[in-house]
Amino acid sequence: MISKRLLLGDEAIALGAIHAGISGVYAYPGTPSTEITEFIQATAPEVRSRWCTNEKTAMEAALGMSYAGKRAIVCMKHVGMNVAADAFVNSAITGINGGLVILAADDPSMHSSQNEQDSRFYGKFAMIPTLEPSSQQEAYDIMPYAFALSEQMRLPVLMRVVTRLAHSRAGVMTSTPIPQNELNPDSERTHWVLLPGNARRQYASLVEKQAQLLSSSEASPYNKLHDVESAKVGVVACGIAYNYVMENCPAKLGIPVLKVSQYPLPEAAIKALAAKCDALLVAEDGQPVVEEQIKSLLGAGYTVRGRLTGDLPRMGELTPDSVGAALGITTYQSFSAAENVVPRPPALCQGCGHRDVYDALNRVAGEYADARIFGDIGCYTLGALPPFRAIDSCVDMGASITMAKGAADAGVHPAIAVIGDSTFTHSGMTGLLDAVNDNARITIIISDNLTTAMTGGQDSAGTNKFEAICLGLGVDPEHVKVVVPLPKNMEEITRIIREEIEYDGVSVIIPRRECIQTLNRKLRKKRAQE
Amino acid sequence: MKKDIILAGVGGQGILTIATIIGDAAATAGLSLKQAEVHGMSQRGGDVQSNLRLSTEEIHSDLIRQGAADLIISMEPMEALRYVAALDEKGWVVTSSHPYKNIPNYPDEEAMMAELGALPNVAVLPIEDLAREEGLPKCANVVLLGMAARYIEILSAEQLRESIARVFASKGEKIVEMNCRAFDLGLNAVKE
Repeated sequence: MISKRLLLGDEAIALGAIHAGISGVYAYPGTPSTEITEFIQATAPEVRSRWCTNEKTAMEAALGMSYAGKRAIVCMKHVGMNVAADAFVNSAITGINGGLVILAADDPSMHSSQNEQDSRFYGKFAMIPTLEPSSQQEAYDIMPYAFALSEQMRLPVLMRVVTRLAHSRAGVMTSTPIPQNELNPDSERTHWVLLPGNARRQYASLVEKQAQLLSSSEASPYNKLHDVESAKVGVVACGIAYNYVMENCPAKLGIPVLKVSQYPLPEAAIKALAAKCDALLVAEDGQPVVEEQIKSLLGAGYTVRGRLTGDLPRMGELTPDSVGAALGITTYQSFSAAENVVPRPPALCQGCGHRDVYDALNRVAGEYADARIFGDIGCYTLGALPPFRAIDSCVDMGASITMAKGAADAGVHPAIAVIGDSTFTHSGMTGLLDAVNDNARITIIISDNLTTAMTGGQDSAGTNKFEAICLGLGVDPEHVKVVVPLPKNMEEITRIIREEIEYDGVSVIIPRRECIQTLNRKLRKKRAQE
Repeated sequence: MKKDIILAGVGGQGILTIATIIGDAAATAGLSLKQAEVHGMSQRGGDVQSNLRLSTEEIHSDLIRQGAADLIISMEPMEALRYVAALDEKGWVVTSSHPYKNIPNYPDEEAMMAELGALPNVAVLPIEDLAREEGLPKCANVVLLGMAARYIEILSAEQLRESIARVFASKGEKIVEMNCRAFDLGLNAVKE
């Protein structure tokens, strides 16, 4: 059953995981990782694939499936790793039963993110094997290898990709699928009950495994040293950076290359390369994780170049041009950048309910000298841009409610939080409970468009449950209000916002209207069926 | 032989459909292909672009080098200009002349069109008017693909037309026929 298909990097990962015999995918949508789960949902009904409420619940459920003996994958964007981190780091201490792969999609250059943190730090932090494929084909091929490695080492495996691989298409040769594991729950309680006594033993075993992980990297088919002849400079190329190096034809320049797609770093190969070269250039997308490690491996007397030395840009994704420049190749440009070009930032869609919410908020907030509006992560973050310029903060999933609470505690009034429906169930509910318990004087707007819109309209975990959740957490029923965000209702909405701002306690206003994008898609589908 | 193509436009104008058609044709012809797309935040009415690389040899980088693009295909004139620094000296720009003004500070149209016209190899057409006049208002992107077909070179117009039939097959014969007509409209519009 070998065939060639044109696949996005994300789809190659998904198909690779399906063919590696996964029984479940656990994920919360996040660019650039979303398409992995969507592909599995669309093509593999035998795999459990419903969206999770957040990355932590996803990570824990996958660990439970692994405990039961089956293979599972967890997918998230890089910042999702922060949410999943407690379960993630401790899964390295418990170890696994069925193969467990955590897929983190990093976003260097912050195309759709609030930072460019490098998930390879998490792999090193948790002391587990980390894989970083360089191409769509390798992303597919590496999945069965990743699950086998996980089961062999009895550890979770972290796989890291970047936006350019996740969202780029190429031809991928596929191979024969492996069947799913049988149900086989682990009975070794001393591994799974992390009381200090057990945890110390488990941690000692993890430390002891490090030598095995290193030998596995040294022998890995995904780490390759080529053209090792004496040279002025040798290149260590990690993950997708390998493609940018190869685009510059290092063989023609007499530059030897060590490709790295499995960590811990293959130290022997690095030393072998360093011995043949006067200096090493480290090409890696993201933060200078490998550059720092190689500097310490080779000592202060050896020249290591990269992002820290300015040979490559300190921030942002690499390009064939920036890597070429570091190799001494000048990019020849015939045309300079055009003059009559201005940025075209994204904007809230015409007809979107968030627009009416911001319109109302701006009208009311304008009546107070010190109003502060704490935003959150989603389409409605675009309310920070003109014409609305409505929000004063956007930090992380759920921070609108808790920051508004802290600011109100300090004396800010009115302190207003704006959060989307999916973000509220992801990380807003616990903050709301804090606010209720402290009777914080805040007004929370849960702008409910019945979907996870920013990432393309995935199901939202709390749909039809928001009033019940707020009441259940203890918000006074008199101060849970639902409105329909439409221009014709502006008077009612602004009146309610005014009243709730004046209430000395927690209020929740839920403007509810379906996302214009998902609504249009449904209408188009309906028309096509008629 | 290689062709490095930048597809440009504004979110929602249909550039990923153009990429899908060229991609399908390239895969069928057995060419190597890499196509970097923009997903997520930038689709909300912001600028979108796709780097599409076709070659008879192995392709390494998903991104096109600056100064190496053989062709810019754009649904919008300012978006075409955005990428001229990526263009090879012999490269072509094929673009719609219709400005999409969803920003308050859109540049002076005359100056912008003059800058575009000063490039050595440019084909500019009012594709949206052409599509509307022929009763194909929703196929402007495929009219643009037809316009660009002769500059793609590594694939023939016939190969592209065949892949239009495959890509739209699931939407029914009528949609296939409309898109083939749109393609020919663009193709014939730039004949010498």
